[in-house]
Order: sequence, then C-alpha cells, then structure tokens
Amino acid sequence: MTVAERPVEPLHRRLGVTDDELVAIRDRLGGRDPNELELAMFSVMWSEHCSYKSSKPLLRTLPIAGEGVVAGPGENAGVISIGDGLAVAFKIESHNHPSAVEPYQGAATGVGGILRDIFTMGARPVAVLDALRFGDPADARTRHLVDGVVRGVGGYGNCVGVPTVGGELVFDPSYGGNPLVNVMAIGLLEERLLTLAAAPGPGNLVVLYGSATGRDGIGGASVLASATFTDDDPSKRPSVQVGDPFAEKLLIEASLELIGRGLVEGLQDLGAGGITCATSETADRAGTGILVDLDAIPRREPGLVPFEVMISESQERMCAAVLPDRWPEVREVCQRWGLPVAIIGRVTDDGDIAIVEGGLDPDGRPNPGAREIARVPASALTSEAIVHDRVAAAPTHRRGAPAPGAPATVSDRLPERGMDPGAVLLALLGSANLSSRRGVFHQYDSTVGADTVAGPGRGAAVLRVRGTTKALVATTDGNQAVGAFDPWLGAALSVAEATRNVSITGARPLGVTNCLNYGDPTRPEAFWQLSEGVRGLADACLALGLPVTGGNVSLYNESPTGAIAPTPEIGVVGLLDDMETLVGPAFGRINDAILLVGVTVPGLAGSAYAGLAGGATEDDPPALDLAREAALQRFIREAIARGLVASAQDISGGGLAVALAEGAMWGGHGATVRIGVSHSPAVELFGESPSRLVVTCRARYAAALELLARQHGQTVETIGSVGGDRLVIELAVGAATGDVEDRGGRVADALDVSVRDLCHAWEHGLSRALGWEG
Amino acid sequence: MPVRIGVVVFPGSNCDRDTVHALDLAGAEPVVLWHELASLEGVAAVVLPGGFAYGDYVRAGVIARFSPVMRAVEAFARDGGLVLGICNGFQVLAEAGLVPGALLRNSSLRFAGQEIAIAAERLDTRFTHALAGHGPLRMPVAHGEGRFYADDATLDLLERDGQVIFRYVDGAGERAGPDDAANPNGSLRGIAGVMNAAGNVAGLMPHPERASEAILGSADGFGIIRSLVESAGRAASEPAASVVGSR
Repeated sequence: MTVAERPVEPLHRRLGVTDDELVAIRDRLGGRDPNELELAMFSVMWSEHCSYKSSKPLLRTLPIAGEGVVAGPGENAGVISIGDGLAVAFKIESHNHPSAVEPYQGAATGVGGILRDIFTMGARPVAVLDALRFGDPADARTRHLVDGVVRGVGGYGNCVGVPTVGGELVFDPSYGGNPLVNVMAIGLLEERLLTLAAAPGPGNLVVLYGSATGRDGIGGASVLASATFTDDDPSKRPSVQVGDPFAEKLLIEASLELIGRGLVEGLQDLGAGGITCATSETADRAGTGILVDLDAIPRREPGLVPFEVMISESQERMCAAVLPDRWPEVREVCQRWGLPVAIIGRVTDDGDIAIVEGGLDPDGRPNPGAREIARVPASALTSEAIVHDRVAAAPTHRRGAPAPGAPATVSDRLPERGMDPGAVLLALLGSANLSSRRGVFHQYDSTVGADTVAGPGRGAAVLRVRGTTKALVATTDGNQAVGAFDPWLGAALSVAEATRNVSITGARPLGVTNCLNYGDPTRPEAFWQLSEGVRGLADACLALGLPVTGGNVSLYNESPTGAIAPTPEIGVVGLLDDMETLVGPAFGRINDAILLVGVTVPGLAGSAYAGLAGGATEDDPPALDLAREAALQRFIREAIARGLVASAQDISGGGLAVALAEGAMWGGHGATVRIGVSHSPAVELFGESPSRLVVTCRARYAAALELLARQHGQTVETIGSVGGDRLVIELAVGAATGDVEDRGGRVADALDVSVRDLCHAWEHGLSRALGWEG
Repeated sequence: MPVRIGVVVFPGSNCDRDTVHALDLAGAEPVVLWHELASLEGVAAVVLPGGFAYGDYVRAGVIARFSPVMRAVEAFARDGGLVLGICNGFQVLAEAGLVPGALLRNSSLRFAGQEIAIAAERLDTRFTHALAGHGPLRMPVAHGEGRFYADDATLDLLERDGQVIFRYVDGAGERAGPDDAANPNGSLRGIAGVMNAAGNVAGLMPHPERASEAILGSADGFGIIRSLVESAGRAASEPAASVVGSR
C-alpha cells in the first residue's frame, strides 16, 4: 500500500502519538497545540524506547543500591568502583527491530550504540558480549538473519578494536518473526574521569562532533522500536541506521582525549531521538535549557527539513557542553581526529529546548531576523514524559507452581523414546542450542586489546585489568524456555545463572544490567509477563545482594507468528581480586575427584531435554530457591579463594550429563561417575535443576571441599573421578523409587561415550543446524 | 638506554596500544608516530600495528600507503631500517611494495578470529633470532584479508631466497596447505609471514603482541617481539652496518 492510498490520519497518529498522549502534550505546553516540529520531537521522546512509558513504574521496584556503585540507572551506563582508582562501566541494550529489517546494519549499529554509552562516561570500551536469539535454524530466513547479524557484530566490533568476548546464541521458535540482538559493552575508566550526561552552566556552548546529520534513522525509536511488525514492510527500511565503525573509532579516541584533558563539562551520545534526545536529556538532568542553532548543524545532504535534522538517528555523533574558552582546544582535538565539529547551541537557564532558524550571534542570541520554530520544556520531553498504567493479566493457561499443599508433579512419565542415555547426550551436545559456537565467534576478534584471559565459548569471559592483579569476569544469560512457562522464574533463573557463571571463576559479581525483551505492553498478558519478569529480576537481585545498574527495555517484540517468549537478558560483571586464583570449567588433572554440589529436583519443562524428547503436559520447570542459590555462590567463591578447586562448572542447559561432558571435552580427559536415581534417569542426567555445580579437586581435598559445602548448607557428594578417554555415568538404580517400567524400561543403566565422540557431536552441531556443513 | 622503536598510529589502528605494551615488556622505549608525521623522530625500528588504518572500506592498506608517515617509512626501509608489519601493518607494507606478495580476502570470505599455530622457517633473521625454536608458535589471527598470494614463479623465488619466514602449521607442526583447517585464510603454501630480499622489512598476519604473556594463553609470540627489539638495539649502536641482509 502506498502512502497515497492510506486513509488520512491526523499527524499525531501517523507519528505514533495516541489521542490521549496528544492531550497530555497540550497540558505540558500550557494548553496550546504543538506545532509539527514539536510534535515530531514529542513523538520520538515519548516513544516506548526513549520514555519507558509502560515500564517505568515497574523499573522503580528494582534494587539499585550496592557497594561501590558510582552511577546507576538513568545514566548512559552503570559504573561500579573496582579499587585502585578504577571503575568499570557496563550496560546491555537491544537492537532487535532494526536487526529484523536489516540484520547487518541493525546489529552493527547496536554495537556502535552501546559502545557510545560506555565511552560517553569516560570509559575505554574493553569488551563486547552479544546475546542473539533466532527462530528455527533450518529456516532460510533465520539463516539469512544469523549470517547478517554475525557479520554485523563482527564488522563493527572488529574494526573499532573492541574484543567480542562472549554472549549467547539461542534458537527458539518464538523468535521466528522477531530475532533478538542484545549487546552488552564493558569499559574501564579512572574514577576521577567519570563524566555525566548533563549540560550544566548557562552560557556554555553546546558542541556537536562526529558524523554529519543525514536522513538515515528518521524515526527509528518511534517507528521501529515501538511498534509491532505487521509484515516485512520495506517502508521501514529508511528507519534503520547505517554504521561507520571507522568514525566510531575516531569518536572513541577524540572523546577519551576530550575527557582526559578536562575539556568537556558533560557529554552525551546521540542515539534514539538524535539531537532532540541528547539536548533535552542533558538539559533536564542539569536543570538547564538549550537554545539550538538549527543552521549550524553539519548536514550530510541538502534539503533536510527541521524535523528531520532534529530527530535523525545518524550514527557516530556526540554532544558536549563546553566552557566558551575551551572551544579552541575542543575544536583542535576533533579536527585532529578528522571529525566535523560545530557549536550548535547554548546552554540557557530557562529550562526549554528552543530551536532557532537564522543563526545565533557570537553571544549566543538569535540573530536579527532569526525565527524561533520550536520551544518545549526539556522536562516535558524526558522526566515528565507520559507514563501509562498498563493492565496486567495472567493468561488462563498459566503454568505456574502448584498450589500450596499440592504434590509436585514428578516427571517420570516423560517419553524417553527408547533412546539410550549416551545417544541422548550426543543429541543434546550436537543440538543447535548446546553445540559449540566456534563457527560464530571465530568471525569476531576476541583478543584485540591483549587483555583477554578467557574468550568466548567456555563460560564467562575473563579480562585482566592491566597494571593490577585483578580481572573482570563477565557473562550474559537469559532463559526464555522456562520464562514461557513462568516469567517470574525465567527472570530469576537468568539472574541466578549469570551470577553463578561469574562466581564459579572465583569472582564476586558486582552488579547486573538487563535487557527486558517482551511483547506488546498494551496486551494484558504481555504486560503481565513483563511485570512478572521485573519482579523475578528484583527478587533475585535482592537475594543475591546485587544492584541493577541500568539496562534497556524492548517491547513490541511480536510478529504475525506471535509474541516472543518473555526474555529478560541478564548481563553481569564480576571482579576477581587475584587473577592467579582463576578457575575454569575444564577437567584439568587425572585422578581429580568430581563432586556434585546442590540438590536435584524434579521438573523437565523448559529443559533442552524436553525440547528434544518432548515435554509432558503436566510437567513444570524445576523450582528455584534463591537463598540456596546465594549460599551456593558464596560456597564456591570461598572454596576457590582457599585454593581447593581445580575446576568448576555450573549445571544448566542439558543438565548434569552435559556439564560433565563439557568438563571432559574441554580438559581432554574422560571421567567415571556414579549417581543415584532419586527421580527418573532423565531428571538425574538431563534435568536442569538450578543451583548445582560440578566441581573437581585433588582427591585429597575432596573431604575438605565437602565439609565446606555442608557448612554453606549445600548437599554435596563425591561422585567419581577424572581419567581415561571415555565419559562413563553409572546410574545406581537401587536408590530409585517406583517401577522400572514407569521410568522407562529401555533406559540403560550406564552412559558410556568416548570423549572423541562427544567432541565430534559438539563441534559440528551448529554448522549442521545452520546448513554450513552437510 | 632502552632502544626507541616507533609504532605508527593511523586513525583506525587498533593494536597500537597492545604493540606499545609488548615492546615495553621487551625493554624497548616505544614511540608513537602519528600518521601525519613526515619524519620518524630518529627511532631505531618501526612497527606498523594492526587495525583498520583508514577504515579499510576499499581494500586493506590501500589508502594508508599514501599517508605522510609511509613516505618516511619507505625512505627508512630503503636505507636499511628495520620495519615490522603486523596484520594490517603487513597489508600496508604489501600495498606499498615493501614486502612481496598480496593479501587477498580470506578464502572463507569471512573474518577469521582464532588461535592458530605458525612455524618460523628461519631462526637467523632479525625478526626470529630470539625464538627458542621453529615452533609451533601459538598466537591469534584476526583479519578478513589475510590470504597470502603471489604467482607460482614468485613463490618459488621467495622460498629459494629464504624470504618466507612464517608458515601456518597444524598441531603436528606440518605445513598447512590452502585448504587445511590449520590455515585460517587459504594462504598459498601456508605462508603467514614474509620479508623483503634485504631482510630488513617483514610482515606477518598473526599477532605476536597478543601472545607475549602467559596469562593471555600463550607467550609464543614474545620471541618475535624480542628479536625485533634486540635487532633494533644492534642497529642503533652500529647504524651504518645494518643494511646487509642476513644469509
């Protein structure tokens, strides 16, 4: 349908502003109607993406206080002190909708945007982790998206010289029409250089540097990120921004030099909402206003109309507040790095964003004959933007925990399809979600910067902090499979798993950043999923004593095939004080004892095994005890600090069998273990009960390690030892309850697979799933 | 006194800081040389580091070779000065004709970021003499255009004259042909690094500066960095005698 054939709608609706929002805009303008330019500014700033108008009341419930937090939510990135005068800045953000339309540029600009959030704070970006979610890997469209997104992440990150050290790649049918591209970036800064996104000091210059402004990304926030896809609509393509990583590299170096030399009073990157967002947010934070000199803004092409200039999302641009006498130095730095730079306005004391055509005089007053074409209170665009009370309603088919007193559902009757457990393990290791991601992360530069101690592929990423004994440990985790059953549990589990993955290296988690990917918030069920997710996030962070330092909300993740499974993507950064104590997941030494820590509980719903073998309709996901999780993480950190631990791996996707297989494959040693069957063989081997670890240690330390675990209230058992070239798991059926027939009579009593076969399945699984090899 | 070694910084260089760090560890005094400089400030050797010199949107290194600093580097190399190009630096040297061959897009047509192994063909060059042995030396590669190419006659000459200094090898130390998994980019005859006929200019695609400390998983590359620093030290003490190629 062409534009001309569309029924004529009032302008505000065409810009995505609802009728009640128009009433609220009038209210903030003293009763008058906004002109077209002002309406365009409101439309981007009151978009879901910029205003958090649906999620704000929920986000207020998150714990934000924590040890060492120097910047939290509301700033471009969270910042936490790590001692030695240093601090770490980190944040995760989504670029889902642009990536669905144009995967390469969508992903590339996702990387660019989150990097800017980091260096805007004064931090040098040191790492990127990308969490990617797609539909069926056999689907041609999925393959196209995977290829483009992976190339985009690499194309941008590799060029700017920030290593891609981790992330996730998950396939789930719910992402078929709507992939998720969540990118987390981490930076290091000297705490004294912490720079905030504010425009203080009336009379100061407002300086724009970086790329010139063009027509790309017009309405990205309002058109793309804040509406459901109705079809593969080519008219949205101009809304996707185009990335220039070389310009970003220049921007990083110039910005860090400006900050290091104390030349800027405040700094903000231009992302969603472009100049409108950067000026209104910085002014509102400082309690000032900004007079924008529209003619002074460098343009990429002639003929841009004012609203295009004000809301363009052209990439690689920065906005700084600068003392007038510092301007010559600022200009020199930008020009040396080859970046266009211009004074585009003045900080004022009236609290308004005012836009003038016709230029300003040297004192920052409009020239004679200049025309003011817009004037809006900065606060009306940002802190006083509309907030909606959305309606939450649990779906009638809700699958939650059983009512108090009701017996827990036991998963004994799951179809096991006559497969022997060794074949199941190989199928799991070779599955699209659990196999090696090497084919993807080999397209990324994971070692530039020469600080990568542990890169992608084997648990959390580890980066040394040069000049100290410390290391940063980072991971991203999300659990949509459980979230589809119980959005509270999915979110809480994601926090538990991400922090556990940090703790098992010996590092102490510092804080949490989150990217909340959900459906259309005007749909009560989707809003219920979001509110349950935020509740799970808050509960888990409180139980683990961690602050949420920032993040991003991505709603309207829906397509004609339906909404995505609720996906809270959790990023965690931890600190290891002494790099020498670092522990990895690989079995390191023959004859080391293997310990299983934690309790196995029933429930296979949402597991990789259920995805393979099919789920029982009455089944639930395994329950999570947050207090036990916190104790488990305290235990493993203490055990590692005491030097008792040789390797530690958490039990998650694919259960105990996969965790053991990973330790064996990565260490190049086999293992022989014996476990009792308290539930069913499937639950014991492949169940994904949280709060469990596989730990190895020297045999003579096993007793001490068991004692320490019990002191932390953990159930613990030495189940075997490292050695040989096969993984052998014996199931001690004597400990089981119920008839053999009920548990599936054809299940063998031992799993026995060579490490070589494990490796073969694991290494080729993803390439086969994506059709990269036959 | 530590020997001064220049590290050229193009606007899109992104391994300059890593290279400075590795040179520092090897006892040199790194000197940053901005791409607009017309002189090399009296350094005893020059490293062209990895990165994307001017964005490399056209072809890696094709613009960088015309930069002011490269005119100075070319003159320095002609006078027998020691020059090492790593990754993008190798691409720039090849574009400038300071080392033989060309670096084409990887045969996979994808970026290759992984740990590989190389073997030093010779231990008697100014870039390899401090290595404890031929290898295999484990270190990362990270490039999209690293496939070494020259015609057969040129390749034969390079091998005859000892100008091939590094080759990709498999776990057993065997040379990795263009189609072998151990060859990350399809380089002909497994060539990972070459030098000019005079033996004073060398380039390699892998990153020895990222494999110069055990904490990073490998220190196998440090011998290459130390070779350069020691050779530069000798060149600084006897500047006139350094022109003759080895062998």
